[in-house]
Amino acid sequence: MSEHIQEHEHIVSKKLYFGIFTALIVLLFVTVGVAYIPMGHLGIYVAMTIAIVKAVLVILYFMHVRYSSRLIWVVAGAGFVWLIILFGLAAPDYASREWLKVQGYEQLVGR
Amino acid sequence: MSDTHSMVAHQFDDALQQKEASTVGMWVFLVTEIMFFGGLLLAYFIYRTSYPHEFLIASHELNVTIGTINTCVLLTSSLTMALAVHAAQMGNRKGQVILLVVTMILGATFLVVKGFEYAEKFEHHLVPGSSFHFHSEATLQNPGAPEIFFSLYFALTGLHAFHMIIGLGLMTWLLVKAKRGRFSPQYYNPVEVGGLYWHFVDIVWIFLFPLLYLIDRSMLV
Amino acid sequence: MDSTQNVERQSPVDIITDTVREHYLNARYGLKSWLFTVDHKRIAILYLITITLFFFVGGFFATMIRLELATPEGDVVSAETYNKLFTMHGIVMVFFFLIPSIPAVLGNFLVPIMIGARDMAFPKINLLSWYVFVVGGIISFIAIVMGGVDTGWTFYTPYSTVYSNSYVVLTGIGIFITGFSSILTGLNFIVTIHKMRAPGLTWYRLPLFIWSNYATSIIMILGTPVIAITVLLLALERGLGLGIFNPALGGDPVLFQHLFWFYSHPAVYIMILPSMGVISEVVTCFSRRRIFGYKFVAYASLGIAVIGFLVWGHHMFVSGQSAYAGMIFSFLSFVVAIPSAVKVFNWTTTMYKGSISYQTPMLYAMGFIGLFVIGGMTGLFLATLGLNVHVHDTYFVVAHFHYIMVGGAVMGYLAGMHFWWPKMTGRNYPEGWGRFSALMVFVGFNLTFFPQFLVGYLGMPRRYHVYPPEFQVLNVMSSAGASILAVGYLIPLIYLIWSLRYGTRATANPYNATGLEWQTSSPPPVENFYETPIVTEEPYQYSPIEAEKEYALRQKEEINV
Repeated sequence: MSEHIQEHEHIVSKKLYFGIFTALIVLLFVTVGVAYIPMGHLGIYVAMTIAIVKAVLVILYFMHVRYSSRLIWVVAGAGFVWLIILFGLAAPDYASREWLKVQGYEQLVGR
Repeated sequence: MSDTHSMVAHQFDDALQQKEASTVGMWVFLVTEIMFFGGLLLAYFIYRTSYPHEFLIASHELNVTIGTINTCVLLTSSLTMALAVHAAQMGNRKGQVILLVVTMILGATFLVVKGFEYAEKFEHHLVPGSSFHFHSEATLQNPGAPEIFFSLYFALTGLHAFHMIIGLGLMTWLLVKAKRGRFSPQYYNPVEVGGLYWHFVDIVWIFLFPLLYLIDRSMLV
Repeated sequence: MDSTQNVERQSPVDIITDTVREHYLNARYGLKSWLFTVDHKRIAILYLITITLFFFVGGFFATMIRLELATPEGDVVSAETYNKLFTMHGIVMVFFFLIPSIPAVLGNFLVPIMIGARDMAFPKINLLSWYVFVVGGIISFIAIVMGGVDTGWTFYTPYSTVYSNSYVVLTGIGIFITGFSSILTGLNFIVTIHKMRAPGLTWYRLPLFIWSNYATSIIMILGTPVIAITVLLLALERGLGLGIFNPALGGDPVLFQHLFWFYSHPAVYIMILPSMGVISEVVTCFSRRRIFGYKFVAYASLGIAVIGFLVWGHHMFVSGQSAYAGMIFSFLSFVVAIPSAVKVFNWTTTMYKGSISYQTPMLYAMGFIGLFVIGGMTGLFLATLGLNVHVHDTYFVVAHFHYIMVGGAVMGYLAGMHFWWPKMTGRNYPEGWGRFSALMVFVGFNLTFFPQFLVGYLGMPRRYHVYPPEFQVLNVMSSAGASILAVGYLIPLIYLIWSLRYGTRATANPYNATGLEWQTSSPPPVENFYETPIVTEEPYQYSPIEAEKEYALRQKEEINV
């Protein structure tokens, strides 16, 4: 057989599930609450940070990745790395579009 | 105890290989789903950065209370799904069935609430297309932006809802099998794998909710 | 059964008898046994039939294009029709021939056998992938028959979403569905290769064909969903009049291009990587040498897959993308050439001082190496920002990608089809005709596409059905070459089908090659092997037979002493 990593048949306790669930609900209310605090541009970063924490909790415990093989870690991780590649290389285009303006740019764009 | 040998498909050497293969297979599939939503999210991020004001006021058309309730519903369904897998691992047939049913009810609730939200949008002419009309369009620097927001809103939440419907289909299949006592501590991986899918759909919503509903609610519009 | 013995590789099932032995082709008969099969080998054959049909559909469009371009005037078809011709040539060839070709045919057939497994991890999903492919293909074919698409295979907005009067949405639906076929195939390969290798078959003992298909599968999984969502958005935008990609409504057409090329560039690596895998197998066998730098080739495959995702902006240098982003993409495009070059060096070094025989597969493989180098180098020209401005949207680009996709990928496909034909069908094709066709393809190909480099550099735009008269000579050469190329492709179609009935019966290992697929009969039994193989040696154990024998004798003496 190919490398059968003995996944220890770790059965997560119901208590842990309820604990994670509580944390998720708490974080949900934090996210909503924070949205009502004025913080300008920071808002999206805070919201995404909280969302990432929630997602990580679901992935590690509800989806059992914490107790899974390295292959699963790599597969799960790859998805997020590739999202970062998509964002990371498309964003510089939008960020730097206006750095190099052609003569008559303002007229063209109508400002 | 159930005859595990008959549960092993012919291409596999043993039950463990089958279990590992199906889990890896589902994860690989979930990666494709991450990239599928990822394309839409890129569009969202680009336009939110380009049209922050318009996205803000468009987002305020969404109801935070309903969105929060729906998010709670979905998070709870993830809990019950995880508990359903647990029940299967423990060989608790009644528990599996009850928890799967509860998960499905919660999922259906989410979809019904979404349906009401969509109906309301339709009434307010916020569905993109020929009937779209945003109230303060004329005063905006980028009058096309609210329709872009709602295009992405419907695309993202619509795609999410579609995945939930498929999830309900998966749950139905699992429920039928669970009722027949198909799952046991020796053979519960289909429930686990169904759970992975369900949790993933939940995670998508965990991101969609703040992105779409919670754009700077401190500003009164 | 211990595999990979060096000397006189003959398996117990090597004996050709007149009594019919049971194998995967004759185990069951009837249409239902094929349409409901879950045997990866039969699914490979189903794919083979389907993609061959699409190849000739795409070839028909190519023929019409070259017919029109033989003269500078637009005298064969109208401009609108011409737009449809090149669009559909691209769509059919890319989505319905090249992307599935090697993975779905050779990969499906060989991957389980090469790793010593009975079948793929998910045989039913394998069959599903074929049905999905057929449904997507039929829908796209209907769109073609109803009048086709004229947007270019790249579907750029806002032309495709607002102004085109052709069957954009229908074609998009076809492509969307077919994309799932790719995803399912890639998923199956990844899980199978990770989880179903035979005892002793560690990663570094895998044939490089497996590494290539594994890398290809990674691309399929990570890239295809993005084209799916892009096509979906395209359809929604066109159907509902949305403005996501429409500048008049606040949208950005370049965003469409970002999303489109995020997949479509890695897609070209989906097309070339499996071909490279074939070349590794063929070059080693017909040089009688182990591959030079096995790990380099293996990791280069992964490198191409990963870095291939970082370069998509090089299709958009003149589209309105920022020049700074252009610089980043240009640099990364140079980087991606490195692993490809590594492979070329490794193949040529493998051949150095080898014992080379010029069988048909080897002719195609050698053609691949030369033509891929030209295609790859011209890719670097295109990656150079300043030069790109001059040659973008000219025939220089067309020539570049045809060198890679036809001179590279298709020739690799043909090399593989010929190499493994005896294994798949149990029949030998006529070697003389094989070599003749390979040479014809090589000559026809170069005559078709080399002039296009010249004419493109001189300024002839692509996707135009008319051109200035001074370009006619080169265009006529190109069209003449195309007719030779067409014949070169038709001949194998004929003799391969002919061989199914009249070809000599093949032995298990006609080339005395290494690899598990040659340790089982030709054609293989339904479950691939009579006993699960156990692998104890590195791959490509080709050495001069005498040296091996001597070594074995010395080993025996040492043990006896």
